[in-house]
Amino acid sequence: MKKMQLNSKYVPLIITILLFILMFAIGAVRYPTFLSLQVFLNLFIDNAYLIILSIGMTFVLLIGGIDISVGSVVCLVCMASAHLVENVGMNPYLTMVLMILLGAVYGLVQGCLIQYFKMQPFIVTLAGLFFGRGAAAWISIETINITNKTYNDIAHYRVKIIGNNFISIGSVIALVTLVIAIYLAHYTKFGRAVYAIGGSEQSALLMGLPVARTKVLVYTLSGTCSALAGIVFSFYMLSGYSLHGMGMELDAIASTVIGGTLLTGGVGYVIGSLFGVLTQGVIQNLIMFDGTLNSWWTRIAIAALLCIFMIIQKLLTNRGSVQKKGQVA
Amino acid sequence: MQNRLKKLVRARLFWPLVALALMIIFNIIFVSDFLKIEVKDGYYYGRIIDIINRSAPLMIMAIGMTLVAATGGIDISVGSVAAISGAIVCTLIGGDFQGNPKYPFAVAIAAALLVTALTGLWNGMLVGKLGIQPTVATLILYVAGRGIAQLITEGQIITVYYKPFAYIGGFVPGIPIPFSIIIMAVVLVIVMIILKKTALGLFIESVGVSADASKVTGIDVTKIKIIIYTFCGLCAGIAGLIISSMIRAADANNAGLMYEMDAILAVAVGGTSLNGGRFSIAASIIGALIVQCITTTMYAIGVSSQVLPMIKAIIVIIICLVQSEAFRKAILNVFKIKRGLTHEKNAVKL
Repeated sequence: MKKMQLNSKYVPLIITILLFILMFAIGAVRYPTFLSLQVFLNLFIDNAYLIILSIGMTFVLLIGGIDISVGSVVCLVCMASAHLVENVGMNPYLTMVLMILLGAVYGLVQGCLIQYFKMQPFIVTLAGLFFGRGAAAWISIETINITNKTYNDIAHYRVKIIGNNFISIGSVIALVTLVIAIYLAHYTKFGRAVYAIGGSEQSALLMGLPVARTKVLVYTLSGTCSALAGIVFSFYMLSGYSLHGMGMELDAIASTVIGGTLLTGGVGYVIGSLFGVLTQGVIQNLIMFDGTLNSWWTRIAIAALLCIFMIIQKLLTNRGSVQKKGQVA
Repeated sequence: MQNRLKKLVRARLFWPLVALALMIIFNIIFVSDFLKIEVKDGYYYGRIIDIINRSAPLMIMAIGMTLVAATGGIDISVGSVAAISGAIVCTLIGGDFQGNPKYPFAVAIAAALLVTALTGLWNGMLVGKLGIQPTVATLILYVAGRGIAQLITEGQIITVYYKPFAYIGGFVPGIPIPFSIIIMAVVLVIVMIILKKTALGLFIESVGVSADASKVTGIDVTKIKIIIYTFCGLCAGIAGLIISSMIRAADANNAGLMYEMDAILAVAVGGTSLNGGRFSIAASIIGALIVQCITTTMYAIGVSSQVLPMIKAIIVIIICLVQSEAFRKAILNVFKIKRGLTHEKNAVKL
């Protein structure tokens, strides 16, 4: 019985990994050029920002919260750094540090509003979503292209892997973030507090865990991740535009949920979110390789996938609670 | 006298009405010709009429959103659903230059409303049946909805030349006031009758206060939620018809953009708590008027439409802060400490 329950925790993650392999196999069968190391590495290059976003989102979902402001923070960071580097002439590295600070403060404010004033996460972060977009448009309505040499050098630098295959600096940042996040989630007091709060906030409080501090920190972490993702995204796009990253919040939530994190909190793995992102990336690639489909199909496919995984989650958690009840009886 | 004043201040509609009055006074002073209403070709024209006309779709969305908020939920897909509604009606009527509709007008409207009610039903199923957080459940359509609208119009902006289509968001020959207001009034009256004549309003409030307790008392919480989200989708659909009729076209990318924020703002400004529980549709209608007033005033001052969400986001946060008990307590504490200090000083003096 116990083994069975342990398994059900891993089921979404296993399904996701299998789905990823299946999708990749479909691509490999249909398109001969699909099966190459570079196509696989491109998944990391094209989705580096999304990996970072999903990592932040995983922590937020783990405590049973939600943060839908991430996409617009990415947009705001892109716009602000483009403006600072191009129009103000600020040092690129100083700009990046400033942007990380901006993201941390953005998350901190949202976290404080949610925790200390008992406001609902969706209202606060929805306001955050619109605030970010508005602020980006306030900086400039036109697109600002980044022509700065440092930015371009970083954007075009290739980290060689095997032979001629490469990944970008952005993907290296994403992978480093991933390793740090796994350490944070599974080997620190903070991580244990996060899982405990997600399991039951009441019990976490009774256990004497710093619930308020952890929750505020999680939103701060999500804001910081969004800012980091924004910097990586600005390497990828080399421009700031007030409509960048539209709907990115859904992508981030979808990858996290597809990666096996429960929306109700307490259950999930940071590594799962990586596979969630990769699965989405493969779908995008398949639609791109097909060439005849409208790009809007990507969004619809991801939304559909999110629905399917939410239903799977529901079925699994229902079975879990039925089992528990059975044990009590 | 003081009692009466207290009663007045405590009345639900008091603060929204004060806010609206302030907005109007501000406009009368700073915007020229604000109060002027002209009669042209038998129709009324003027800034006030314009604000009311433009706020009609928002009011209809706010009616749906109020009920959703009363159950403790939220629907952020309303803007995208409005875009779907516009896309369907324009595609079915078609962009014929002679103004001949492809399908009868009534069929097009019925199809649009049916589909939008279905999108609402979908949201309701996700929230009510599967118990998914309302934000995430409606986020799906918030993002995918515009994609669906794109697919319906095949990525084009369809301009409709069929005359009667312009009536919905404009004027019907022979009636001097904008037709959108009449639609709004009809929706409002129907909702009010249902809420007053049945126990539905009470059920909604009880679900919002505590879904578990409602379930124990025998209320079918799932059914109530599904009905409310379906109705909210339908409201967004009707609003979408008016919006697309105003521009006489289906624009999948921009129709109803940021309307979700306005609708939520209207509900919050009206004083219905977004935590669920007690609600007032009349207050949300006034809230919608205030929001539209803010929008027009900002345009008049010269704020661009893309920057506007930033200002509205700040207003929402401030309103929610005022509604938050923790915040009120914190403020009261600050005052108490100050008062305590002055008392101490006085004591020392004595």
